[in-house]
Amino acid sequence: MKDFLIYFLILVASTYLIRTLPFALFKKPIENRFLKSFLFYIPFAVLAAMTVPAVFTATGHIASSLVGLAVGLIFALQGKGLTAVALLASLGALLTEGILLLL
Amino acid sequence: MKLFVKGLKAGIPIGIGYLSVSFTFGIMAISLGFSWWQAVLISAFTLTSAGQLAAIGIMTVPFQYLSMLISQLTINLRYAFMSVSLTQKVSKDFNGIKRWLLGFFMTDEIFAVASSEKTVTPLFFLGLSVMPWLGWTFGTLAGSLMGSILPDLFVASLSIAIYGMFLAIIIPPAKRSRPILAVILVAALLHCALRFLPIFKEIPSGIAISLAAILSALLGAALFPITEGEEAAK
Repeated sequence: MKDFLIYFLILVASTYLIRTLPFALFKKPIENRFLKSFLFYIPFAVLAAMTVPAVFTATGHIASSLVGLAVGLIFALQGKGLTAVALLASLGALLTEGILLLL
Repeated sequence: MKLFVKGLKAGIPIGIGYLSVSFTFGIMAISLGFSWWQAVLISAFTLTSAGQLAAIGIMTVPFQYLSMLISQLTINLRYAFMSVSLTQKVSKDFNGIKRWLLGFFMTDEIFAVASSEKTVTPLFFLGLSVMPWLGWTFGTLAGSLMGSILPDLFVASLSIAIYGMFLAIIIPPAKRSRPILAVILVAALLHCALRFLPIFKEIPSGIAISLAAILSALLGAALFPITEGEEAAK
């Protein structure tokens, strides 16, 4: 990866500035309702787009990915914590991979 | 000092969570052809999950600099909002250079814990950030070094962990709020359309995520503007 450094600098600078600029410069609350709403929905929209469709092929196999997704969904619906859901989804995928290996 | 220790303790569960998720990030980075030190540098200086994941995908293709910039700005736009939100809660002495230094540690989980406090002091915020940063950085190191030792079966299965974390963040709020559920479904469908429909095949993957996210959040804002109550429930 020849241009790692350029990519790295863009990545670090953009991530750093988007956090610190508003933090350092903002002194007043946002009043615009549309902007507030847009900013409210952005985290959910980003994570949903990150997850779908990538999650369907996350493990390299559709079957284990789907089982992992199903397990993750079930525990996320129950309100389990981030770590628990992440590890249980992996466990679901692992068991599926194991079973498929034995078949 | 007391405030620092209080923050440090509050950050432990986040640190443990980050450890396991960044472990899989390390594995994924290695599988895409990165060196262990590159993966660790990215984690140590970026401290994002979704942003880094998108970044390593973009970096495998040369010269996608604009893609990188746009994808990072949109994926991480939520941090800007969190930062603005937290400015309403910080103590008087949390100003100037302290904001420039500590603002770096704004993540979904650190923000969530910090904003549950009445006032956020610089020492508390610094303490709160220590364990998550250590967990994220050293988890990446462990994953990138041990990913090649672990059997493929484990590596493949762990690759889904990061998406499990995303589900754990978005599903519970979606259960409580129809508009959030709608935004999530639209974003997911839109992203699939951008990825799989032939007319959109020229759009780079980082941009496709951003486009899907921005359009669905705009739609959500237009159709379901939030009320004060919803904002407080966040």
